[in-house]
Order: sequence, then structure tokens, then C-alpha cells
Amino acid sequence: MTNWRWDFVWEILPRLIWATGNTLLAAGGGYAIALVLGLALAVAQRSRHKLSKNILRELVEFIRSTPLVLQIFFIFYVGPQFGVWLSPWTAGMVAIGLHYAAYLSEVYRGGIDSVPKGQWEAATAINLTTTQTYWRIILPQALPPSLAGMGNYLVGIFKDTPMLSVIGVGELMHTANAIGSESYRFLEPYTLVGVIFLAISLPTAALVRLLEASVRRTLGMS
Amino acid sequence: MSEDMTQFPLRLEGENAPMVRFMNVSKSYGELTVLDQLNLDVAPGEMMTIIGPSGSGKTTVLRMLMTLETINKGVIYVDGEPLTHMEKNGVLVPANKMHLRRMRAKIGMCFQHFNLFPHMTALQNCMEGPVQVLGLTKESARQRAEELLEMVAMSDKRDHHPSRLSGGQQQRVAIARALAMRPKVMLFDEVTSALDPEVINEVTGVIRKLVGEHHLTMMMVTHQMGFARDISDRVCFFYGGKIEEQGAPADLFGSPKKQRTKQFLSAVKEAV
Repeated sequence: MTNWRWDFVWEILPRLIWATGNTLLAAGGGYAIALVLGLALAVAQRSRHKLSKNILRELVEFIRSTPLVLQIFFIFYVGPQFGVWLSPWTAGMVAIGLHYAAYLSEVYRGGIDSVPKGQWEAATAINLTTTQTYWRIILPQALPPSLAGMGNYLVGIFKDTPMLSVIGVGELMHTANAIGSESYRFLEPYTLVGVIFLAISLPTAALVRLLEASVRRTLGMS
Repeated sequence: MSEDMTQFPLRLEGENAPMVRFMNVSKSYGELTVLDQLNLDVAPGEMMTIIGPSGSGKTTVLRMLMTLETINKGVIYVDGEPLTHMEKNGVLVPANKMHLRRMRAKIGMCFQHFNLFPHMTALQNCMEGPVQVLGLTKESARQRAEELLEMVAMSDKRDHHPSRLSGGQQQRVAIARALAMRPKVMLFDEVTSALDPEVINEVTGVIRKLVGEHHLTMMMVTHQMGFARDISDRVCFFYGGKIEEQGAPADLFGSPKKQRTKQFLSAVKEAV
């Protein structure tokens, strides 16, 4: 490791840590959008309205079958032609949110489908509205089986944030590239990016597993 | 489709009005006819039991009343008003969501597989409807739930989740949950069929108590012939989507008139 320079590492570390904040912000914002929108997509696909159901089904398929980076470009560069001007930050979070909403809607759908039909019937028998049935009866039971998938996509979103560098969002990858082109040293910045990603992904995955167990316990379902 | 709705009254009035009336009700899934032109009245306070072979449409009768199944023809009335339909400009049209919701408040149901909410304790199961639907305060809902759990002898287990209760215990909580909504009609759909033999009496005991102490209209589908004979005011034998024979339990069980009833009863007796 003759090439490795520790002094350079200490020099660029503050910038990379600052960029990590941006990465976490982009991942968090995108995930928040995906969580809410994915639920809306999942519930809407269970509605009795055939046409809207099919349109949503196709939309989800379309999003899942095209690359995220294309969607990022589309929202950022093609959006303005239709009068939608978004900052790189907003465009990036919307693209990631939309993309992962499609995936999360499938996770939710699986969770909702795993709740026995008798639960819906019991909810009808005590006269709950459809909204009450979802929030109070169905979704709490759909949550534990969905948590593993939700956790996977949280880590997935985090790992996909480097794609936002293509539209100039100052996250980790973008910053590492910038450092590289300024100093002509790529080994340290890219290695550090890898280490930072690893240092966040692994504990997150472990936390999700703990959360899953604790939710099951809280709901009395373990 | 081209059913003449004017044959159905807008309301059922008068002293002898039934609590529940099925009027020319038909139900089919594609080619399969489940119920064929059913006419059935249940008087206020009556305990009416439906027996019959599987596939005879007996459970469908209860599920239609609870609005878990739609009907293809006819009208069901509850407490004098149409349940499956509502009045619009002097004629009956299919009920909308709001009407169904208002009418459902009169009906409670217990299921073969209990269907308790697994993420709630016994007490929370009994408070959910009263708080969310009837708008009771938590305190008064809790008080009512505790009284009902006391009645079904489940007070000591009120903070347990269903996963920690036996089948018989779960079914007793389910009865309390249904009663907490103060229905006028209670439906029991094979509530002992999924239970181990030694706990069946826990549940039938609760239903006996209800018959003795409350002026509820009850409809029950069961395979417990002895129990049906004991507590029913009337027993209907269903066969092929129709009422083959009905009458007081002593008559229907003691001296059935129809050949199919005799066959069914002797087959059941042999099985026991």
C-alpha cells in the first residue's frame, strides 16, 4: 500500500462526512416519499374500480422495468419542457421516492394479502368503515410481514443515492468525484466512500431486524 | 335484472312485523344456485336455528344478513326496514354504503374461526367497535367491555392477546365483542365447529345464557343437534338452497315429515 496516504485521508474526511449528511438526507427524503406513496399505490390497487386499478398496475410495472437513472434524468431534464422545474435535490428525491414507491407497493400488497379474509369480515361485522378497517385492523397486521422488505429497500435507496450525482446533487459520490478531479487522487476518496456506505448499511440492516422482532412483540403476534 | 320491485313493501309495519324477513331472496355464483327464492321470517326475540348438509346455503343466509355477501334477487328486511335496498322516490333501489352502514349497526355476528383481532387484547377487541363506531369514550367502552367479558367468564384473561387464548376462550371473547355493539340480531355461524369437544360447552353455555337473559333475536347455524334442540324456538332444515322443512325442535327432531330431513337426521345421529 505504498500509494495510500493517511494525511490525505484526514484532509478530505471532513468534506466526505459533510457529504454523508447530504446522502442521508436524500435517502431519508426519498424513503419518506416512497413509504407514503407506496402505501397509496398498494391500497389503490385493491380498490374495486377496474380501470384505475389496471392503470396503476401498469404504472408500477413501468417504473419497475426502467432504470432509476433514466427516471432521474427524465424528471430533471424533461420535466422543464412540461413546465415542471425542480432543483436537483427535489428532482432527485422525487425520482428515488417514485421508483421505490413502486417496489414498496408490492411489499405492502404482499403484507396486506397475508391478512386473513376473516379479519375484513370481523371488521365489517363491528361496522368499521373501510378507512378504519385499514388503519386499525389490516395495516397493523400487514406491518410485521412487510418490515423485512421495507428494510431491504431502505438500504437499497441508500445505496442508490450515488445516482443523484449525475444531476449534480452534492452527495458522497459527487463529492468523491470532485475531490478526485481536483487532486488526481482517487484511491482514498473512493475507498472512504465504500467504507462509509458499509458502516451505515450493515448496522441499519441489523436495526431493521431488531425492529421487526420488537414490533411483533408489541402487537402480540410473536 | 328485470325484477319487479313494486312487489316489495318499502317498510314492514304492524305489531306482527318480523325482526328479519327474507323475501324471494336468490343467490347464485355463476351457474351454481346457492339460495333459491328464499322466504324466511324471524320474530323479535326468537332463537332460530338452521341445520342442513354442507352446501345447502345455510351459512350464506347469515353472511347475507351481515352484508358480507350480496344477493341477486329479492329483498332482506331487518327491524322493519329493507337492508339490501333503500327507498328512493317511492321505489326500492340497491342500498348504498351509507344505508348499509346504518343498517349493519343492528346486526352482530360470531364466526366459526372467531376472527378476533390478533394485535389487540381481549379487552381491546371488545372496545374497538364501541369507541371507533359508536363514539363512546374510552372509559365507558372499557366499562361495557369489562361487563361483557365478565358475562362470558373471561375477565381474568382480559389483557391477553388471542394467541394466548384457547379456541373456546377466543370464541367467548368474540361473542362479547359482538354484543358490545348492542345489536338487535345476533348471528352465530357454526361457532362451535372449530372447537375441541371438551370446550364446546363453554361456548354453548354462553349462548344458553343469552337466550335466557336477553331479548335478542338470534339466528344460528350449527351441527350440534342436541344443543339446537334444547335452545331453539324454531329449527329450519335447509336442503339445496331451500327450506326443506321447519318447525318447533321437538317436532322437527322428534317426528320429521320429509324424507330428506329424516335421512339427514339419521346420518347425523350415526356420526355421533
